[in-house]
Amino acid sequence: MERPLTEHIKNDGSVLSLKEYEAAGGYQALRKALKMTPQEVMQMVKDSNLRGRGGAGFPTGMKWSFVPMGDHAPHPKYIVANGDEMEPGTFKDRVLLEGNPHQLIEGMIISAYAIQADISYIFLRWAYHEAAKRVKNAIQEAYGAGYLGKKIAGSDYSVEMHLHTSVGRYMCGEETALLNALEGKRANPRSKPPFPQVSGLFGKPTIVNNVETFSNIAHIIDKGVEWYKALSKSPDGGGTKLYGVSGHVKKPAIWELPLGVSLRELIEEHAGGMMDGYKFRAALPGGASTDFLTEEHLDVAMDFTNTMKAGSRMGTGTVIVLDDKTCPVGMVFNLEKFFAQESCGWCTPCREGLPWTAKILDAIEHGRGMMNQLDILSFETVYMAPGNTFCALAPGAMEPLQSALKYFREDFERHIKEHKCPWD
Amino acid sequence: MAETKVIPDQAIKEITELFHHVPKKSATCIEALKIVQNHNRWVSDDAVKELATLLEMSPDEIDGVATFYNIIFRQPVGRHVIHLCNSVSCYILGYEKIEDHIKNKLKIGFGETTPDKRFTFLPIPCLGTCDHAPAMIIDEDLYRDLTPQKIDDILERYQ
Ligand SMILES: Cc1cc2nc3c(=O)[nH]c(=O)nc-3n(C[C@H](O)[C@H](O)[C@H](O)COP(=O)(O)O)c2cc1C
Ligand code: SF4
Ligand code: FES
Repeated sequence: MERPLTEHIKNDGSVLSLKEYEAAGGYQALRKALKMTPQEVMQMVKDSNLRGRGGAGFPTGMKWSFVPMGDHAPHPKYIVANGDEMEPGTFKDRVLLEGNPHQLIEGMIISAYAIQADISYIFLRWAYHEAAKRVKNAIQEAYGAGYLGKKIAGSDYSVEMHLHTSVGRYMCGEETALLNALEGKRANPRSKPPFPQVSGLFGKPTIVNNVETFSNIAHIIDKGVEWYKALSKSPDGGGTKLYGVSGHVKKPAIWELPLGVSLRELIEEHAGGMMDGYKFRAALPGGASTDFLTEEHLDVAMDFTNTMKAGSRMGTGTVIVLDDKTCPVGMVFNLEKFFAQESCGWCTPCREGLPWTAKILDAIEHGRGMMNQLDILSFETVYMAPGNTFCALAPGAMEPLQSALKYFREDFERHIKEHKCPWD
Repeated sequence: MAETKVIPDQAIKEITELFHHVPKKSATCIEALKIVQNHNRWVSDDAVKELATLLEMSPDEIDGVATFYNIIFRQPVGRHVIHLCNSVSCYILGYEKIEDHIKNKLKIGFGETTPDKRFTFLPIPCLGTCDHAPAMIIDEDLYRDLTPQKIDDILERYQ
């Protein structure tokens, strides 16, 4: 089984240097891309069926195709790698950032060339101090080798790259809020349209893609579309996927696997099954803002379409396992507390609704709940459904809640009837 | 604007060097706040005012940005800041036991600073290391797979 994204990442946890990256074939794809036209590069990415790895699964090539091209296109154009990774339970981009930053940088330069961007940013969350050091150093190495700056790698194309380390806020991961953060402002989201591809950073055409998404690009250019598509087990999209599992499993970790492996394979095979004394109850398949899946869904393929059919989303592909010794109400309370705290406060349903939701869950978890509050919680999930809020934070926050109300109804009711948490 | 300068010259120099990267000075606001905090450990009201003049913004605009972000401190903090992850995977793996242990040991809760100014204790969302939960960061150092026993040793390293 091929693992292009992680095969050169070292086991000892140290970073792949520029020399080592080049020895493994690194920056050959960039040289190849620079001999192609930007349109040809974009077409390859479209044909590869690569879908964004930031959570929503938007087709990458299609996203790029909305950028104005040609002599009359506004400049500077920007390209931004989203390395905010603050979705609770998500720890995949860290692996790529710390282990192989040049793979990300090369992918970004090729992508920048495809849309003829002039300036690129890597937006990194505050907590990734080690990644920041390594990425900063890798950018310097790439400048030193002539892959960044003026007329890169002997071509006529020029592109700059900067690292921005954030000062912490989940909202920064939402792509339009991220652009506000890059402009030095509060990370409130912007209304769409205009889409960032047309009017993004400082009002100029801008592409934002996830770190893992960019890390695929050099491989597509290097080995071709057919090879790339064949990496996937799913008709849903091309390539491998970084999957992970956390919770009370024997071997929590990240693995690069064909897109579309089953939830069961992840938990039972790769994560080694549940720790002794713990039983599987349910899982959030792709981070905090996805719906719970239960035992009956274990054979669902972890791709975009099948997780959706099962009533959830693939999200970031990092699974959080709930076991029988952990209180589901406590878990959902923990999640909603997070979302309430991270709400940016811009729109009323989320600013008012999330703290209200958290307060009710607090009451239920601590034995002060009432039965009619379950109806209020159900109402909240509708009140903050997609379309009712300014961005996807609040609807995302409702996903674990609405599925918990469905699958763990009895547990909620027991808390209320017994006036305490049965797990305490 | 306050006469006494709270932002050191070196910080001013670092901030002004950023200006040529961006279309307008206000775009460096977050970087500038970080630089001030690197030098002063927190961002005081006077620092906000001085920064406002430097970046051609109003103090309220600067404060709006400063208070939005988790890691900009608008109050003094201790010599070391403990950020304990309180998100979902760390919840499942029992961060609350770690929280209690730190609380009992340092006699402070989340949001507080020890009287000797040695530690400030804060919660932080997911640190992106959920396969090694529970986790925390002290200053810039990451600690994973925490147990109450480990905490005692770790805290000793920060005086
Ligand atoms: C509240 C919120 C937080 C988000 N956080 C992240 C993040 O940390 N990293 C990320 O890549 N995408 C995040 N996204 C998704 C981005 O808005 C955007 O869809 C993504 O960066 C696009 O990249 P892709 O097309 O490569 O997936 C977040 C979205 C929302 C609504
Ligand atoms: S949904 Fe929440 S996070 Fe998004 S804009 Fe509204 S208040 Fe802000
Ligand atoms: S939930 Fe604590 S590190 Fe992710």
